[in-house]
Amino acid sequence: MHTQARRASRDIRRKGLREETVLGYLLLLPALLLFGLFSYYPILYALRISLLDWNGIAKFPNFVGLDNYARAIQDPLFRRALRQTLYYTLGVVPGTMVVGLLLALLLNTRLKARALYRTVYYLPNVAPTVAASIVWKLILDGNWGLLNYVLSRLHLPTPNWLYEPGWAMVAIIIMSIWANAGYQMVIFLAGLQGIPDIYYEAAKIDGANRWQQIRFVTLPLLSHTTFFVLITSIIGSFQVFGSIYILTNGGPAQSTTVMVFLIYQRAFKYFQMGYGSALAYILFGIILVLTLFQFWVGRRSVYYEV
Amino acid sequence: MRRSWVSAISNGLIYVLLTGIAIMMAAPFVWMLTTSLKSYDQVFIWPPKWIPQPIVWENYLRFWEAAPFARYYLNTAILAMGVVFGRLVVCSLAAYSLARLQYPGRNFLFALLLSTMMLPDQVTLIPLFLITKRLGWLNTYQGLIVPNLVSAYNLFFLRQFFRTIPKDLDDAARIDGAGRLRILISIVLPLSIPALTVVALFSFASGWGSFLWPLIVTTRSEMRTIEVGMAFFQDAHKGIEYPLLMAANTVALIPMTLVFLLCQRQFITGITLTGLKG
Repeated sequence: MHTQARRASRDIRRKGLREETVLGYLLLLPALLLFGLFSYYPILYALRISLLDWNGIAKFPNFVGLDNYARAIQDPLFRRALRQTLYYTLGVVPGTMVVGLLLALLLNTRLKARALYRTVYYLPNVAPTVAASIVWKLILDGNWGLLNYVLSRLHLPTPNWLYEPGWAMVAIIIMSIWANAGYQMVIFLAGLQGIPDIYYEAAKIDGANRWQQIRFVTLPLLSHTTFFVLITSIIGSFQVFGSIYILTNGGPAQSTTVMVFLIYQRAFKYFQMGYGSALAYILFGIILVLTLFQFWVGRRSVYYEV
Repeated sequence: MRRSWVSAISNGLIYVLLTGIAIMMAAPFVWMLTTSLKSYDQVFIWPPKWIPQPIVWENYLRFWEAAPFARYYLNTAILAMGVVFGRLVVCSLAAYSLARLQYPGRNFLFALLLSTMMLPDQVTLIPLFLITKRLGWLNTYQGLIVPNLVSAYNLFFLRQFFRTIPKDLDDAARIDGAGRLRILISIVLPLSIPALTVVALFSFASGWGSFLWPLIVTTRSEMRTIEVGMAFFQDAHKGIEYPLLMAANTVALIPMTLVFLLCQRQFITGITLTGLKG
């Protein structure tokens, strides 16, 4: 009778386990199907496409092996797009981080109307890229734009922003900083608020003034937030597209053609899907290497709470 | 005495700086608004005027005819709400399964799903387009919505959140005879409303503002979303219809702005917890 009871309870447990397994897989099924079809399969499919010379429509595309990759390396426009993407990144990432951090530092005090300022600073990020770009296109107009009006009043140069090869990218960088500083400010604010007051008090006791406090307490203890912002910011800036499409369409004279724009152009305007896939994989590789590099550097310079 | 004098000045300076920056942040929006109320010949004048004279309210009525904007709005709304509900359902079910149920292979599948976070969208863009085409989903709502439902971030976020709900509640319900599914619906989900709200908000933002995907998936004008429609509109009517363009732009921004203003706290919480923008 004793073993019968044990056997019965074991069978009940087994049945419960089986039911749980079935339910578990069942609930996971939609996600698995979707991820399988729209994430995993495409990754492999893209790799295969990158080895073809294909316009996406032809029934029997040519297999060309690594030719697309070789072509990319020799393609002057690809090299240019890469350079210009780097240039954009070098402009946007430090710029946005400095402004974002500055705003966070300013708002991390017991200021009145602090929430109001925070809302206003974040508002540019709420606007979708295309909507914001359309407004900026008007503001950046060379002859009648608001920006040049303000600059002319300050006796500063007023270039024809979106039509001069040197200045177009600068204009896009400025707009990106405007759009993203608020977002980074929010993240930095959260990081700042995570720094316990004890550290500041200890520093004050040791005679530190505001600047020294920031340098020796705030910045080190903010380092993992900064690290996170840096990584996501770089990854994001490598993927810029919407603002380029609206403001300059890759011009003038292809001076704002960045990687994603090049991929879009090659794949969807010139129907070179094979080449486009190869470009996309190269971009992926670059981002991956950059991110790993940052993690490697980060391990040595990110402080963790003692 | 001197201390408070100095700190009063520095406080004042800080306010000046903050307000100056606020003006720079808000100026483009204000400019968009005032331009939308101008008549065409007032757009390109020097010096630029902040206040339109006369105020042309009709622009807000006229722009609807300049392009099928009503249709664009409808499409965008369907896309956004589709993504919201789709993600809520798919990610909740999967997150619950991963957080609360035990079965062989669970952790492996979790790691598998999570690994897609690493991928930038550009790699999957071309194959997704081809897959969508082969499914016959070009220029359809499902083609716009379904590929957007895979969001490893939201899945991860919900799973982590579900894990913070005390298991005691589950056990108490089990004793009362509730099945696993019942537990999900009556206990876990109601307690997860903050997290679900964040997922819903970000999914809405993602759907409403998505550009590249609708751009390549829709070839017919009547299936375009607002962002794509605006992009085509501003290209076709260079310089001629700027006031109409700005009116359309203003109206296009209203839903997103409203949602943000009403749900600010959840947005900020969501960003600080996940680093997501949508």
